[in-house]
Amino acid sequence: MANRISDETIEYVGILAKLELSGSEKEKAREDMEKMLDYIDTLNELDTEGVEPMAHVFPANNVFREDVVTNGDAHEAMLGNAPAKKEQSYKVPRTFEG
Amino acid sequence: MDITAQTALELGRKIKAKELSAPEVMEAFLAKAESMEERVHSFVTLDREGAMERAKKAQKAIGAGTLQGPLAGVPVALKDNLCTEGMATTCSSRILDGFLPSYTAEAVKKLEAAGAVNMGKTNMDEFAMGSTTETSWYGVTRNPWNPDHVPGGSSGGSCAAVAAGEAPFALGSDTGGSIRQPSSFCGVTGIKPTYGTVSRYGLIAYGSSLDQIGPIAKDVADCVTALELISGHDEKDSTSIARTDTDFTGALQADVKGMRIGLPRDYFGEGLDGEVKEALMEAAAVLEKEGAVIEEFDLGLVKYAIPAYYVIASAEASSNLARFDGVKYGYRTETYEGLHNMYKKTRSEGFGEEVKRRIMLGSFVLSSGYYDAYYLKALRVKALIKQAFDRAFEKYDMILAPAAPTTAPKLGESLSDPLKMYLGDIYTISVNLAGLPGISVPAGRDGKGLPIGMQLIGDCFQEKKIIRGAYAFECATGKQWTADYQRKQTAGKEEA
Repeated sequence: MANRISDETIEYVGILAKLELSGSEKEKAREDMEKMLDYIDTLNELDTEGVEPMAHVFPANNVFREDVVTNGDAHEAMLGNAPAKKEQSYKVPRTFEG
Repeated sequence: MDITAQTALELGRKIKAKELSAPEVMEAFLAKAESMEERVHSFVTLDREGAMERAKKAQKAIGAGTLQGPLAGVPVALKDNLCTEGMATTCSSRILDGFLPSYTAEAVKKLEAAGAVNMGKTNMDEFAMGSTTETSWYGVTRNPWNPDHVPGGSSGGSCAAVAAGEAPFALGSDTGGSIRQPSSFCGVTGIKPTYGTVSRYGLIAYGSSLDQIGPIAKDVADCVTALELISGHDEKDSTSIARTDTDFTGALQADVKGMRIGLPRDYFGEGLDGEVKEALMEAAAVLEKEGAVIEEFDLGLVKYAIPAYYVIASAEASSNLARFDGVKYGYRTETYEGLHNMYKKTRSEGFGEEVKRRIMLGSFVLSSGYYDAYYLKALRVKALIKQAFDRAFEKYDMILAPAAPTTAPKLGESLSDPLKMYLGDIYTISVNLAGLPGISVPAGRDGKGLPIGMQLIGDCFQEKKIIRGAYAFECATGKQWTADYQRKQTAGKEEA
């Protein structure tokens, strides 16, 4: 079955992916995704009834440790990477109106 | 003596014996890299000044007797998705432009503690998404054996650097074949260990459940020595495994007598290039002559590995790459209106086409309404693929397979059709899904002189078996590296 991705779905995926696509990019993305999904649909040939989804090959367990600080103060180094900063903080566009 | 023609272990021995000094060795590799970069472009960052300083420091410690490991004083090139404190780490993406990590990846720290000297960061497909090293924001890397061809990917810079003699060994990362396939294309040796063997702390994540760091070197002994140094449990990586059997160099024995090696019929059929097939059949015959028992078998489920991988890897990538938003590091778009527009514009301008394609696909398969049909389905298929390997390893000590269906394609041939490029990963990808170790060793050349790699795949935690297989093959065929290297040096002179 050929997959068809609607305009709404491409919009919605763009929101989830936090990507701004131009008109032609959207068309290309839709085309690529439809092709990939058609290909991915071959998985449906396999009967996976009763098979547990395997997220990790080995059992993944929570790892606990005492809540003690082991690293030094990397404040300067980290803030030094910010594209925009003000005093000792990251600078971002206004997030709330009012 | 051409210093850059030596293996990493030979260099380590000569430095220890005071025949060479660490700065002298570093100078030779930097000079070689500087002369080769125009042709190959393996490096995003070649840190001449820092590398010389670090080499001098290492030499002091070696002289004082505090640094004694087998690779003490030997230069190493690092894939540019491994964080290095204070040294640019880009993932070959515009979005990490200018990023200077505040810490160093655990695997790199371990190498440095053993005395290896970081010389710089190698080029890769953007965020390790690609099979050709053509999607880098910093330009393509070329195959040292023929610059019209790709080096493979995504660790193409690391493999090309070793093949070109720019670095004695390197680190790469492998999510779907990104160490083994470019090793095959470049005629070098690369290992992807069992998932959880090397700490991923400081490796910028692509598909976290599949990513593993591994070494790339001229030969098996170098590669295994480096692997031993970087392996070990790390509490900073929750998927790190506490193994007590990482004394891999003990497995450097040229002995495969009685070992059972399976050749999956489904890997040697349609789609495999004739010359690659021939080279691998010859390689299998070599191992048989050395006493291994070779048998063909049906692995099964082969065609489902790639679609399952692209669902899982893209899903994990869409989540892992959410952190790149123009706030804390890297690129931020110049003009924007409000926070969300800043995020979207930054990411759209900062990520390349292939990365955006996978983020979109990953966001889709994780979205409500599609999660069960795509993501959970892929995880179920992953479980079946693991079972297929479990059955194979009940009968065999290792699996012999191609690393790729062809030798290195020409530049520009792969990117036009993503699906076709994805199919090139058919022999490597299921190894990541099942968490298995795999090694690629040089096994000949095609008619155009391009290298062919043989992949040996082991069961989880059975690195030692594939190391024995690879080492026995290498010893039986003569050090491929030395022969290749000399041939290339002569060819280079003839061209000039």
